[in-house]
Amino acid sequence: MPGNYMPSAAELFRFAPELLLTAAGTLLMIFEAITSPKQKRGLPVFAFLALLAALVLAVVGAADPGPAFSNMLQVDGFATFFRVLVFAIGAMTILMSTNYLKQAEHEGGEYYALVLFSIIGQCLMATANDLIMIFLGIEASSIATYILAGYLRDDKRNNEAALKYFLLGSFATAFLLYGVAWIYGTTGSTNLTEIRRLLLDPRNAPNAILIGGALGLVLVGLLFKVAAVPFQSWAPDVYQGAPAPVSGFMSVGPKAAAFAAFLRITMWGFEPAKIHWAPVLCFVAIATMIVGNFAALRQSNVKRLLAYSSIAHAGYILVALTAASKTGTEAAMFYLTSYAAMNLGAFAVVVHIARKGEKHVEIGDLAGLGNRQPLTAAIFTIFLLSLIGVPLTGGFFAKFYVFKSALDSNLIALTIIGLLNSAVAAFYYLRLIVTMYMQAAPDGVESLPRPSAGVQCALAVSGAATIVLGVFPSLVLDIASRGASFIR
Amino acid sequence: MTLLELVLFLPAIGFLLTLLLPRDNVKLIRAFTLAVALIVFLISLGLIGPVQADPQHMQFQTNVTWIQSPAIRYHIGVDGLSLWLVLLSTFLTPLCILVSWNSIQKNVKLFYAFMLLLLSGVVGVFISLDLFLFYVFWEISLVPMYFLIGIWGHEKRIYAAVKFFLYTMAGSMLMLVAIIWLYVKSSSFDIPLILNSLATGRLSFTPTEGLWMFLAFFVAFAIKVPIFPLHTWLPDAHGEAPTAGSVMLASVLLKLGAYGILRICLPLFPDAAKASAHWIIVLALIGIVYGALVAMVQPNMKRLVAYSSVSHLGFVVLGIFTFTHFGMDGAVYQMLNHGISTGALFILVGLLYDRRHSLEISDYGGVATVAPWLTTAFVITSLASMGLPLLNNFVGEFLIMQGAALAYFPWAVAAAVGVILSSVYMLWLIQRAFYGETPEAVRSHFLKDMTAREWAVVLPLIAMMLWMGIGSGTFLPAVRGNNEQTLNLVLKSNLNARGGVRNAAPVTLAGRAMRPELKESADAR
Repeated sequence: MPGNYMPSAAELFRFAPELLLTAAGTLLMIFEAITSPKQKRGLPVFAFLALLAALVLAVVGAADPGPAFSNMLQVDGFATFFRVLVFAIGAMTILMSTNYLKQAEHEGGEYYALVLFSIIGQCLMATANDLIMIFLGIEASSIATYILAGYLRDDKRNNEAALKYFLLGSFATAFLLYGVAWIYGTTGSTNLTEIRRLLLDPRNAPNAILIGGALGLVLVGLLFKVAAVPFQSWAPDVYQGAPAPVSGFMSVGPKAAAFAAFLRITMWGFEPAKIHWAPVLCFVAIATMIVGNFAALRQSNVKRLLAYSSIAHAGYILVALTAASKTGTEAAMFYLTSYAAMNLGAFAVVVHIARKGEKHVEIGDLAGLGNRQPLTAAIFTIFLLSLIGVPLTGGFFAKFYVFKSALDSNLIALTIIGLLNSAVAAFYYLRLIVTMYMQAAPDGVESLPRPSAGVQCALAVSGAATIVLGVFPSLVLDIASRGASFIR
Repeated sequence: MTLLELVLFLPAIGFLLTLLLPRDNVKLIRAFTLAVALIVFLISLGLIGPVQADPQHMQFQTNVTWIQSPAIRYHIGVDGLSLWLVLLSTFLTPLCILVSWNSIQKNVKLFYAFMLLLLSGVVGVFISLDLFLFYVFWEISLVPMYFLIGIWGHEKRIYAAVKFFLYTMAGSMLMLVAIIWLYVKSSSFDIPLILNSLATGRLSFTPTEGLWMFLAFFVAFAIKVPIFPLHTWLPDAHGEAPTAGSVMLASVLLKLGAYGILRICLPLFPDAAKASAHWIIVLALIGIVYGALVAMVQPNMKRLVAYSSVSHLGFVVLGIFTFTHFGMDGAVYQMLNHGISTGALFILVGLLYDRRHSLEISDYGGVATVAPWLTTAFVITSLASMGLPLLNNFVGEFLIMQGAALAYFPWAVAAAVGVILSSVYMLWLIQRAFYGETPEAVRSHFLKDMTAREWAVVLPLIAMMLWMGIGSGTFLPAVRGNNEQTLNLVLKSNLNARGGVRNAAPVTLAGRAMRPELKESADAR
């Protein structure tokens, strides 16, 4: 429809969750200015409800899939899957944050507004069918996250984390944008469907070297966002420095969205060129798993340990991408879901034990937790077992599907390296369990208050999700498998 | 819900209910878990009749879809091979709970809860007929054991627990690769279905494929058995675990490995098994002799018994890979024997530890004068473990050596060395710990001989040693059918006979011909 840029009602409806969240985020900023301190207690509730409403809208909107805004967005099963995932992640983040911010004496509406804005960006990354849109989504999500990482502005580590993340992040996005420019130069389009059509057309195939170089630049940006080797070095510092709830959010939300964009670029737009990018991803996956797992072995700070673990998990997901098949896409989608549940849960425990000023985030601070707070310790154990990949937890089926997709594509060596890596990973997760259950709390240890209501909710929800995904994986896998084929 | 499902799920439900009990009411927790374990044992007795009536086929089967895609089924069943192993697990769990009665003081609730979870896990492994389900239970049984060692063990418990977990984990990762690969080839996890496709020729592996998959499974099982040189986790785990943990580990968890070989490795990959038999037997023989020699020089009682396990399990592996009826029947029988007699040894060592609070042999001496009954029980158990006729191990070791002799005589000679060495280390242990001067330290610690509770633990085990030594006819027939099927698969495979099947054909004939005599001799005994 050349010349007519007015979006139709259907298109607006497909974009409704983002519109709703934009309005809610803006309102939050206004409320922040005009409400009394007592009324401010309602702000997180408002943000939480906005996210739930957006989630409902996304699910309802899935009944009418299709493109929006001149094919810039593609609201299909794939997009809905990731939208629902990031909305749920956002809601959980808010649950984890309220008490943390209260302890830090930094309650404010803008925190929740920033979370919403970041999620809008992630939604765009999941729905975008155009490289420019993906770029905009990444930027929207990242800028909000940069600020969140430095939210406690009087804290030195927060500042360091934010600055580091910002400088390296913008550098990486520049690579991505440069790659997009190359692609536009070679193919004359930034639309993934267009690019796919062009690549499939043997008569006027674009220059392979130029396209390869361009894709390489785009991959640099994406690999940075998912913290894959060799672009992982920011993650440990940023996760360690940022406020614990934000670290939890960063480790799953932007990562899930970045993988969504990653999948749409590789498995849709550039799928015809998969023999070129799959070997690259194979090496990146191996390096990422090895670096993440082996570096995590030596960490003494729980946040930093989880940061390296999150690098390793990105490696496992890259294995699914290397498989370059529909089952691989499904496996990656399932992995991101169960990873979100277990990792957010683990970070909720970190939020709980960290307390004011995050003075208690060393592994030693977990000593005796099995006696002091049996329930918290038990739930944390479930998350850790899931991260190891023990059956009847979501993490097990996540790994199972990933490695099954790899074997389906005949990647035997990659599978064996990956699985042996998860045996290595067992060691550092076990260390946490050992500390909780097998070491007594030191004398005179500060008493640990009960988890706040929000953290309790977050733990219950993510714990239940981890178990349900481990017993009835089909619930999510079926949805993933419907979404994984994109719209043809 | 079938009886079998009750045996599988009651302990798991008991585990959850135990977690809900108040943590300070130790009496209630102990009584409740003991009651659950006893009920499970009584229910499991109901499995015997139907299985013995038709041991070659799976009884009490349940087969429903768990996950649509990939096709994972909840398929369980019990046959002659798994029957006694299930019973061994349900029999030992109440005894383990009873033996921990006073010795477990901290975190009581979690301890007994984990005992029940462990029971569910191991029973699940023994009855799974779906490879995926098998793997799930395999891993689940790992978790409670890890905690049992790590929380309630002795000084180096954390090191031992982590080592145990990582060894098993590394093995099971290889197994997972093989399971998935098998699925990619056959589109099924269901063991009977895969066997069927193999038999009808719809599915076949190239020799290389078969060998790699066999090896992946085998390494996972060999770690658990354990087969030399993958045994190094075992002395640590056994030595550091609390009594109940050592018992379950030795008596039941080690059997998971041998069971896996019999249930999965041999039937699915007979060619590869045959091709690898000779070097596996060599490793088994090294294990038998090496385990016995190292046991001899252990200053720590528990580690001594642990190394004796390495030696005993070497017999099991030897028996399996002789590919003779005698050898395989003996191997399965020896799995049960080892479960009873080594379990009893660990329990008795635990009773000594409860009194003297030391595991060093040098801290003991002359116990016979202060605790004559405890000494009697220990001596009977040791004699059983050494393979004295009329007691259980004799039957198993005899059958295994007969099988080994029929397959290749020097193997039997090497195995016999292991039997001799076993009397050396056991008798020497008895001499040092129970006879001679009674130092004052021992006298002051052994204030009482066996209590009623301790008798309740030890007597059933001694009764089983006698029964299994005299009345092997009760147990062996159920085992035979399955072994015969497996053996036929292996012997009929196309590869040229090597190693373990040097004299394959005559052995089969001899084995069949001699069966009635064997039964008579067992009855006569």
